Amino acid sequence: MRTLAGTRSLGQAALALAIALFLGLFLVVPVTTVIYVAFTEKGGGALTLINFLDFARTELFVRSFWNSVYVSAMTVVWASALALPLAYLTTRFEFRGAMLVQTLGFLPLVMPPFVGAVAMQLLFGRNGSVNLLLDEWFGFKIGFMEGLNGVIFLQAIHYFPFILVNLSAALRNIDRSMEEAAQNLGSHGLRLFRRIALPLALPGYIAGASLVFVKVFDDVATPLLLNVKEMLAPQAYLRITSIGIDDPMGYVISVVLIGVAVATMWASALVLKGKDYATTQRGGGGLARRKLKPRESFLAYAVVILILALVLAPHVGLLLLSFATVWSFSPLPDGYTLAHYARVLGDSSVYIKNTLLYSSLAAGIDIVIGGAIAYLVLRTKLAGRQWLDWAASTALAVPGIVLGIGYLRAFYGVKLPDGTPLATLWIVIVLAIAIRRLPYALRAAYAALQQISVSLEEAAENLGATKARTVRRVVIPLMTGGLLAGFVTSFATAAVELSAVLMLVQSNSDAPLAYGLYVLMQTPAGRGAGAALGVIAVVIVAICMGLAQLAADRSQRVRGLDI
Amino acid sequence: MVRLSTFTVGLTLGLILAAGAAFAQTGKVTVVTSFSKDVTDPLKKAFEKAVPGATLEVQNRNTNAGVKFVEETKANNQVDLFWASAPDAFEVLKAKKLLSPYKPKAAGIAEKVGSYPVNDKDGFYSGFAASGYGIMWNERYVKANKLPTPKEWQDLTTAPYFDHVSISAPSRSGTTHLTIETILQGEGWDKGWRTTKEISGNLRQVTDRSFGVPEAVNSGQVGYGIVIDFFAFSSQGAGFPVKFVYPSVTTLVPANVGIVANAPNKAGAEAFIEFLLSPTGQEALLEPTIRRLPVRPETYAKAPADYPNPFKDKNLQGLLTFNAELSESRSAAVDTLFDQLITFQLEPLKAATKALHEVDAALAKKDNAQARALAKEARDLIAVMPITAAQAASPEIRAAFSGGKEKSARQAELEQQWAAFAKEKYAAAKAKADEALKLAR
Repeated sequence: MRTLAGTRSLGQAALALAIALFLGLFLVVPVTTVIYVAFTEKGGGALTLINFLDFARTELFVRSFWNSVYVSAMTVVWASALALPLAYLTTRFEFRGAMLVQTLGFLPLVMPPFVGAVAMQLLFGRNGSVNLLLDEWFGFKIGFMEGLNGVIFLQAIHYFPFILVNLSAALRNIDRSMEEAAQNLGSHGLRLFRRIALPLALPGYIAGASLVFVKVFDDVATPLLLNVKEMLAPQAYLRITSIGIDDPMGYVISVVLIGVAVATMWASALVLKGKDYATTQRGGGGLARRKLKPRESFLAYAVVILILALVLAPHVGLLLLSFATVWSFSPLPDGYTLAHYARVLGDSSVYIKNTLLYSSLAAGIDIVIGGAIAYLVLRTKLAGRQWLDWAASTALAVPGIVLGIGYLRAFYGVKLPDGTPLATLWIVIVLAIAIRRLPYALRAAYAALQQISVSLEEAAENLGATKARTVRRVVIPLMTGGLLAGFVTSFATAAVELSAVLMLVQSNSDAPLAYGLYVLMQTPAGRGAGAALGVIAVVIVAICMGLAQLAADRSQRVRGLDI
Repeated sequence: MVRLSTFTVGLTLGLILAAGAAFAQTGKVTVVTSFSKDVTDPLKKAFEKAVPGATLEVQNRNTNAGVKFVEETKANNQVDLFWASAPDAFEVLKAKKLLSPYKPKAAGIAEKVGSYPVNDKDGFYSGFAASGYGIMWNERYVKANKLPTPKEWQDLTTAPYFDHVSISAPSRSGTTHLTIETILQGEGWDKGWRTTKEISGNLRQVTDRSFGVPEAVNSGQVGYGIVIDFFAFSSQGAGFPVKFVYPSVTTLVPANVGIVANAPNKAGAEAFIEFLLSPTGQEALLEPTIRRLPVRPETYAKAPADYPNPFKDKNLQGLLTFNAELSESRSAAVDTLFDQLITFQLEPLKAATKALHEVDAALAKKDNAQARALAKEARDLIAVMPITAAQAASPEIRAAFSGGKEKSARQAELEQQWAAFAKEKYAAAKAKADEALKLAR
């Protein structure tokens, strides 16, 4: 028995070490080579903390910090309001088209850079379709995209799928006997949801909500699209990317961003600490699905359609833009054409191939590592295992450009036998994307494992299964839903990743879609073509996700019946 | 679990090995550029035709990312050329010894376009085209809001333009930086900043990308944009309802190309520069999607009738001689002043400006000497600068930005001081303007 335990912890230690090595090599080292500047005196290079004092004394940074906190917190509130009905209705009830809703509800996360922004301006901007019509009919406009509230509006639409996906996966994982027991005791309706389903799904909700908080805190693109610069992440970005100004403050802000990300993950772990969310389900099945009464059904569909219409509006705008001849200061385009698709079709096959390759490799790496970290943290007693989680989570807060520069710094000097730098290989792009998206897969795997009762594993081991066999035959199958949610999130968001990629792409033949899109979007004539490429990206992701959903549904059904 | 970890490591290793290596071909010229596909594609085609056996590998990065890329990869440089608009990006590369000098052999290239010298005086980079600054506007927007058509920079300071104008930040756009610097040199430090702030009081937004301005004008989110000419012309070419005007005092800024230090294909890089300056290369600039102003005066003979000609047109000649050294000596200070006094204080500045527009409107109906005096005081409060021209170029301030020993304060301290200064003055100006408004009504 002792030798068995010995090899077991040895195996676990080896796994932990391998992951630590991976994170060290591809995250910690590259990032450290860049942000150590935050701790040095400008010009001199001596170690100092004076820069952090300057940060606290600069009114602009302090204001930006609180703006970021406010926006992130409010976004979580609004994103929850959008995600809860969708997740609840599609997992809890007999709801036709539940799979379609899940897939569509995920798409807002896949917003191609730049062109998505243009589409949203054309719809919701000061002179976007909605406001032009409002002005014509009623004589007033609504500032959807003005200031901090504009950022909250767009971020809630953009990031609510994090909550939707994780919460749905969690709801599906709840043992139906819990609910049956409650029903037998006379509970039903909202009370049943509030007292049984939601508390048991809390790990999934917290996983999603903490991701939303950190992502919004660290997002650069949306605030800058609205010209809101007085938030922390845009401040860091603007400073790091301005030419010729070697100022430590940009990196100081990066350190603060990383600190906030880690603190958030720590706090979310604290919320769940000391409570047990695991249920000994019988291998899937999830909540029993109730039938809706006709009136309820009507209401449910109305709510779902309303939410989907809102969150998919940007994609509708994108679609219109990709067919538009000219669209300027009018509710709808002047005319329609297929020319933009014709223009990108020739170029885009290589982009599509690269995007699929990079995203699936990156997402594959993410779920393997994310799943392993979740297992080590939740199921073993290894010293320092929490550090793996925190280290991986910092990737959320590291600005893409910092990671890109770090990779160049760390790997460009490393030469292959023929003299080309290591950093010019496309695999480096994959690794960068994998690191950037690892936290998504990690949170999903974490939530999934938290819901599995350890007694199932103990039972398997008591019956003589080895640890490895238990993991393979019990843990991983039970985690499938969560792991798949993680894969899909990583994959889909990897498909539109740009900031780190822009630094690392060395030739057009290695470039993913997002890069092609970026190149097109720098010219007035490229706007329609960029939109066409954006639509192609979204469609690809949608197809892949639809397939993944289908696979998940099927496997769950198979296991559900197989009792 | 061991199997899992071996799997991971194996996966990573396998991928690295499978990736294979891209071999450098002879004749491949690698260029890092901020120019869009519309510009690079025709020139790439023409170059590969003119120089048989050569291929141009274009790495498209924005100017900032391009500079960082060249800087970070210098130990094992794979890039031959840096090709972009902003001269200050080249100045940064030059200062970091990342460019290698080359004197083009092509004859017949002008010494100066407008008031700006075409080539770097030390020969580290060469201008191959020029572009002028002006005002573009969306016709539908202007018509729907019943707004006027601008002609001069001064027009943009007037009341009708309030909240309708867009510009990119000089710290983010080398060409905007040159425009601001030209105003400062043309009108003097104090007067120049006054003009800049008066225009800025009417701004709708300060964008962080040069292209953000034409994008917003094209889609009708703002009415007017202060942009470089080819943005407007290529927008018109794409069918957007936009117009453009060169004000009578405009600046021409060159677009440049330079050879990166330790270029793997130096001969190819030189061939590309010579091609750009050759009659064929210069003529390619006239294409509608490119529309830059050639630096070879004879090329204009082949241009369409209404093509601007900086060697003939009076308003493009430039009224002052641009002092590149002065510009260089205070460039970080000017950028940071703009950010701290305007970009990050836009709301207070706009509030004061709006109140002043209202005072003007009230005074036009019924004059009031006291209100007029108060409004002037308010304008002076807005215009006042935390530092003088001499201070901006002083070793103390420069060292604060470069980290040198002479610094009297750290950059972060200066920024906080300037921001607090502006905030206080704008609030005081708003109070004065409100007071004037009460009197004038």
